[in-house]
Amino acid sequence: MTKTFRNSRTAILFILPALLFILFFVFLPIVLNLYNSLFRWNSFDAGRVFVGLEYYGRLFKDPIFFTALKNNSLYAVISLVFQVGIGLIIAAVLEDKLIRRFQPFFRTVFFIPSVISIAVVGLLWQLLYNPEVGLVNGVLKTLGQSEWALSWLGDSKIAIYAVVAVSQWQYTGYMVMLFLLAMQKIPFEYYEAAMIDGASKIKTFLYITLPQMKEMILVGTVITVIGAFKVFDEVYVMTNGGPGRSTEVLGTMLYRAAFRNDEMGYASTIGTIIFVVTLTLSLIQLKIGKSGQEV
Amino acid sequence: MANNNPVVKTNEIKEIRTGSSKLSLKVKNRIFQTGVLIWFSLFALVIIYPIIWLGLSGLKSNADFFLNTWRLPEEWLWKNYKAAWDAGIGHFFLNSVFITVVSVVTVLLLGSMAAYGLSRFQFKGQNILLVIILSGLMLAPQVSLIPLYKLLQAIGLYNTYWALILPYVAFQLPFSIFLMRSYFLSIPKELEESAIIDGCNSWKVYRHIIVPMGKPIIASCALLTGMNVWNEFMFALVFVEDSALRTIPVGLMNLRSQLNTNFGIQLAGLAISALPMIIAYIVFQKQFVRGLSAGSVKG
Repeated sequence: MTKTFRNSRTAILFILPALLFILFFVFLPIVLNLYNSLFRWNSFDAGRVFVGLEYYGRLFKDPIFFTALKNNSLYAVISLVFQVGIGLIIAAVLEDKLIRRFQPFFRTVFFIPSVISIAVVGLLWQLLYNPEVGLVNGVLKTLGQSEWALSWLGDSKIAIYAVVAVSQWQYTGYMVMLFLLAMQKIPFEYYEAAMIDGASKIKTFLYITLPQMKEMILVGTVITVIGAFKVFDEVYVMTNGGPGRSTEVLGTMLYRAAFRNDEMGYASTIGTIIFVVTLTLSLIQLKIGKSGQEV
Repeated sequence: MANNNPVVKTNEIKEIRTGSSKLSLKVKNRIFQTGVLIWFSLFALVIIYPIIWLGLSGLKSNADFFLNTWRLPEEWLWKNYKAAWDAGIGHFFLNSVFITVVSVVTVLLLGSMAAYGLSRFQFKGQNILLVIILSGLMLAPQVSLIPLYKLLQAIGLYNTYWALILPYVAFQLPFSIFLMRSYFLSIPKELEESAIIDGCNSWKVYRHIIVPMGKPIIASCALLTGMNVWNEFMFALVFVEDSALRTIPVGLMNLRSQLNTNFGIQLAGLAISALPMIIAYIVFQKQFVRGLSAGSVKG
């Protein structure tokens, strides 16, 4: 009895420093955010006025909030198509026995953009999109498609697509790597059996790879959607929500409310929305992870 | 190697069955392979060319940059890199190095201790602690942005290196603990038991058995944490005000307005900030991939 007690005390001593860090810097702020959203306050004035849920009411009448939600959703949908959909196909092709010897080269190259800071990638693409000196229009003009040479980040109709495209450039290779790692865990016997049956490559992909990858595909889907609702850096760097407010996402809307307009209470309500969305998605992911473990 | 035989056989079987000649299958395979290689090479070009363009344009004069987007630099202006370094990148770079090193070392120390406590002991409430720590993985940093900003001001750390290091450590710990704990669970218990019989206490077991045996995963955690901290932007934008304390991603943002027209120097600055991570990834690819592989089991 005493031995277990001493044992647990030692264990807690080992865990405590990390736990305190996480409680103080990760969990406490979440609680404070909920509390903060009930007050009208700004960063330099000590006075706070209790407003209850007033800011939440205002948020749901704010057209920019719906622009942001729409843009975050657009981010999610396009990222699912490219990172999960096309990423999966690329990974499957890289695993094909005729291609596999080229795999180390391609997967290394495809992964490289994801190790660079999003802010740096944003600054780079802002130059690449530059209508006069940028590479994008340079390529289009060289290909003889001058009419396609647009002001990518300057047009409120297309700017959000230009920003989303950068994320696909940066992160498709990351997903390819995750899918490859999962595919390499599929037992070889399954493929052998398919070969004996004379199954085509497409059939093998549909009837062996896909079902075996089910869990990883779901996890990848959730990671991607969560990522889409956490977007901040690239939008802030490339367009800062503009032109107009056309590329505003929840993250940039929060930043603007807090540090440009100094409406800390209102900004906190946006924080709550991000919290609810990402937590819900994470719980779904956790559930998937658990069900996968049991199998 | 042992797997090769059945493959050859099945091809033969298939050919007999379908009656197609060996040649046509070869041709088909060749077409497939060539098609895929063309597709992937184009894709690789789209991925890598902007990065090469970044490095090369950083060596161009402004006139050269405007007139010859495509060509190699007329004159290789290495002094652009020097100019970018002197314009402030050098300072931001060193800030980033300091903040990254301190954060990584702290995460590795506290993380490996916590992972040891969570993997080598049996005690009541263990699962609750584990759930609390791992749920830190789910929380979006945006939610904490304003409260942390106020909190750091309240404890007098706003606008210091610690305003970045402490939140970075807290936000990076859950993932590292998750990775290290699953690895430590796979270390056989026998060594430890004999060490305890020899009179080692738990700290010695941690120092002399767990840490040395856990080196591979600790290396992976160091790389992934280092990369995340080096690249972090939002906290660095908000929690530090003084430009002398800026890290490289935010510093580059400031330089953009300062160097508005000098694209060569601006691009050189971007290259300087991207290069360490690209090199680290290529050199330590195995450790990177191990971390991703262990981390993606549950996401």
